[in-house]
Amino acid sequence: MAEPALKTGEIFDEGLDKGIAKLTPEKIEQVVSSVLANETGARLRVYTDTCVHCGLCSEACHFYLSNDNNPAFSPAGKVKQTLWEILKKKGRVSPEFIKHAAEIAYTECNLCRRCSMYCPFGIDIAYLMLVIRRICHKLGVTPQYIQTTAHSHAATLNQMWVKDDEWIDTLMWQEEEAQDEISDLRIPLEKEGADVFYSVIGPEPKFRAQLIYQAAVIMNGAGVDWTMPATPGWDNSDMCMYTGDNEVMGRLKRAHFEAAMRLKVKRIVMGECGHAFRSVYDMGNRWLTWKMPPIPVIHALEFYHDIFKEGKIKIARKYDQPVTLHDPCNVVRGRGLHEMSRYVVNQTCEKLIEMEPNREHNFCCSAGGGVINCGPPFKNKRVEGNRTKAEQLFVAKAKGAKTVIAPCHNCHGGLEDIIHHYGLNMELKFLGDIIYECMEK
Amino acid sequence: MHDSGKWDWETGKKEVSDIGKWMEEFEWIEEPYVSPDGEKVASVVRTGDEMEFTACVNGTAWENTFDKVWYLRFTPDNRLTGLVSDMGEWTVAVDDQVWENRFEFVWNSMFGKDGRNIAIAAQKERKYLAAVNDTAWEHGFENMTNLTVSPDGERTAGVIQTVGFGETEFLKFQEGCYSVAVDGKAWGRNFVNVWELAFSPDNRHVAAEVRTNLYDYTIAVDGIPWKEMFASVWKPQFSPQDESVTAPVKIGGSWTLAQDGKPIWGKKFIQVWHHMYSPDGKKLAAVVAPEFGRWTIAVDYNAWELTFGDLVTDAVFSPDGNSVACVGKEDDKWMVAVNGTAWDGKFDMAWQPVFSPDSIRVAAKVEKNGLYTILADGQPLGKESEAAWDPVFSPDGKKLLIRSIREGKYFREVIPLT
Amino acid sequence: MHGFYDFVSGPLVWISFILFICGSLYRLITMAVLAKEKDPMVYAYMDFYYAIRSIFHWIIPFGSVNMRRQPAMTIVTFAFHICLICVPLFLFAHVILWKESWNISWWFLSDGAADIMTMIVIGSCIFFLVRRLTRPEVRYLTSYSDFITLAIVAAPFITGFWVYHQWIGYKIMLIFHILSGEIMLVAIPFTRLSHMIFFPFTRGYMGSEFGAVKNARDW
Ligand code: SF4
Ligand code: SF4
Repeated sequence: MAEPALKTGEIFDEGLDKGIAKLTPEKIEQVVSSVLANETGARLRVYTDTCVHCGLCSEACHFYLSNDNNPAFSPAGKVKQTLWEILKKKGRVSPEFIKHAAEIAYTECNLCRRCSMYCPFGIDIAYLMLVIRRICHKLGVTPQYIQTTAHSHAATLNQMWVKDDEWIDTLMWQEEEAQDEISDLRIPLEKEGADVFYSVIGPEPKFRAQLIYQAAVIMNGAGVDWTMPATPGWDNSDMCMYTGDNEVMGRLKRAHFEAAMRLKVKRIVMGECGHAFRSVYDMGNRWLTWKMPPIPVIHALEFYHDIFKEGKIKIARKYDQPVTLHDPCNVVRGRGLHEMSRYVVNQTCEKLIEMEPNREHNFCCSAGGGVINCGPPFKNKRVEGNRTKAEQLFVAKAKGAKTVIAPCHNCHGGLEDIIHHYGLNMELKFLGDIIYECMEK
Repeated sequence: MHDSGKWDWETGKKEVSDIGKWMEEFEWIEEPYVSPDGEKVASVVRTGDEMEFTACVNGTAWENTFDKVWYLRFTPDNRLTGLVSDMGEWTVAVDDQVWENRFEFVWNSMFGKDGRNIAIAAQKERKYLAAVNDTAWEHGFENMTNLTVSPDGERTAGVIQTVGFGETEFLKFQEGCYSVAVDGKAWGRNFVNVWELAFSPDNRHVAAEVRTNLYDYTIAVDGIPWKEMFASVWKPQFSPQDESVTAPVKIGGSWTLAQDGKPIWGKKFIQVWHHMYSPDGKKLAAVVAPEFGRWTIAVDYNAWELTFGDLVTDAVFSPDGNSVACVGKEDDKWMVAVNGTAWDGKFDMAWQPVFSPDSIRVAAKVEKNGLYTILADGQPLGKESEAAWDPVFSPDGKKLLIRSIREGKYFREVIPLT
Repeated sequence: MHGFYDFVSGPLVWISFILFICGSLYRLITMAVLAKEKDPMVYAYMDFYYAIRSIFHWIIPFGSVNMRRQPAMTIVTFAFHICLICVPLFLFAHVILWKESWNISWWFLSDGAADIMTMIVIGSCIFFLVRRLTRPEVRYLTSYSDFITLAIVAAPFITGFWVYHQWIGYKIMLIFHILSGEIMLVAIPFTRLSHMIFFPFTRGYMGSEFGAVKNARDW
């Protein structure tokens, strides 16, 4: 019935191409049936049986909207091209089909869950895309960049091949740097019984050590009894969750929580990262059968909110450029922190100009779900697949917003590319950047 | 363990040092550490205005000073160790004596059970290695993680990277670039990944969690993997009785325990980890999840009826192997449980319970509203304090050593148990 | 002819009701068991309050953002579903049948109202058909089974309308009417029409995940 929608240009990705070169139809069939039989159940069945093919989820998806309403990018359209076909053919699909399915699941869906709020049945398209990713992982067909990141996670328990000593050394270095500004500042390593365990993502020590510095200044300024581990488990990020390597996802989350448990802390506070929050709060813990995180996890937005509410941080002078605020999917649809982030923005900035739609209805940055981690081969598709966000930003800019606050690492990366590609010329900041800049020190 | 028989079990309460007074002398004082026998309390301090750091023990600073000192830890035989750096070089200081070896970085000090041997992980000229009592492995590796010491502390093992690869060379990685080095000697067989290691009680063998490709997990013992592959595995343990190895393994949707590759428990748990042998090696206990989101202890596959929703941790066998105690958490409140019964109190934090040598009593440190208490068989013993360390039973089990800080003073107190 | 009528309006009614009820129960129970076995977390996260909260927002017209964005679809969908359920249940001719067979009866619609409501159902089906054919994003998802499903739903109403107005051949049409009604009943548990029985669970589960775990709204 439906004609295949046109998509331009074949993408070359070594991970996908070398992956399918090793596949045989038998292997595909065997892996598909084992994943479907052993790892999925009622949810998958009900979601596929219940979908009435109504297309109401389409306009939820920024990929669909940005690709001129190309139905191949609609949420259910992605399921049609992947899971429905696999179920219909009982796994008897070709290696090329798998490559196409991998491309859709890994690079054309951010698992942002916006569509679940638009589908009348609440069908969890993101979950279905994760099932496809799981199949692709088991078939060894994953985009090269994200796969090498998954290897880093497996080998070092962090995202960036950071070695044990490099991690500690970075913290000591940031402590020293910060002491030039605040002489009694300390980044307490391995302090058992501290109140807060602060965890970050791999790219922070590697590329954005400044953020650790800022976090230390904020912790110090708010008088928090905190610590950071000097062992693996410091990294809360998780690309294995997105490649479909659930076993390593579990291993990472276990290392993270057990580092906190070993240090006998009351709660884990994590930096401004969305996907990591999803991993510790929603997915990784579940794989390990922790219904909720064993040690409460407080995302930076909630933490900032609390310290401002309790008056632990004073603002010297508010940030005077008008700002707009991006709502990261994983902490807004994933945790409902949108009012807290607005509270902090209003405490720290003169003027907030809202993007529309916002809060739970925000549009994803198109970097999430591991899409940005699939790297350069898919960059154009990702950035062009989010014209919607550019339009949102453009409107905010027209209303006067100069700075975009994106309290999530992935969003930061995604929005940076969008701002650049669409020539928006807006400044991009973490909320921590603003707090650090404006607080009394 | 440490020979606590030689410690002072006669003196009742003793003020060891007034930490509050240290401030008069030093302007930078980090959190205190206490020796197992309770006779010493130490902190990293800064001496004078210069950025010179050292350790202060019972109010007296070490003679050596350093650019940096971190990771103060007491050995089981009551010596104070710290990781120290000078002029960009790192080494270990033990009771104010500095090792001869210098490294670019050192971390993760570990001790054998009796404390005689001190091991560290180190990096020198971008090579990674371990050192024991100032003697380093002959050569280092591209990377080393998961440093593990043998029970006697003489031997060290680590997960090493044996083959170099570029970060994007995913196929090379998947061929296997990791192995285990024991005392600096590589196993001679590579795996895609190697994670946690375990030494045998006789210090002679090492077992490891490995992945032979992206999907097949198993346990390798002295470099030889089990024939059986699993969906996942957790850290193995050697039996104290023979040379067999057990590990939690995932088969289908559930976890079980496997011995030398063969499942020895059934399939009723959806998580099994932190398994441990009783000291005589006759029993096996583990932290398990009997259903999604519920946690408990299983001894020889029999789960307690008591379960916790948040977590179960810090399980420990009694010396006679007849009891197990652990810490559990429900609705963000911590509890101590012994043999399937939780003590009455609910706390903001609870530490690993301690059995008396005769296995009759259990004590544990707990904290509520920032104040620490020692519980003996569930009842508070002594007053609340601002800081406390795990209680220690006397060898006859009749007295309890309490180490705590009250009003800025560190006390060592021996309390007779009734 | 008469024999066939008797069969269709006698034993086949029984069979179709039994298949409908048992089939629905079967689907629900097998899914519940499968979920217990393979997705145990569904039970752990299902939360009555948040499930109801979400379902409530989605059974109220214009209760969700997407419904407000698609007013025509929302109006048609609600009108369609209301009429689809009410007409067969409250049609005078049907209530009479219950009365005759079981001596039970309940409130019924006036014939005029039922007639209009039937037209609404038929009109909605045409709307859905046109939408399916003309909207690219819907057409893309469409397979033949979707047309068949639509036909299964429309048939009892078209034939019923025919019979009520006693158009030509209405006696045969009556047989078709009964038959198509029976087909629809049986189809509910075994086709995409099962969205009717699963709606409270899929919506309720998403509502629980969003509400209880993720502290967010899902409408
Ligand atoms: S990107 Fe978001 S809206 Fe689009 S299909 Fe994926 S989860 Fe749904
Ligand atoms: S997923 Fe939901 S909204 Fe999308 S086509 Fe299916 S039923 Fe319609």
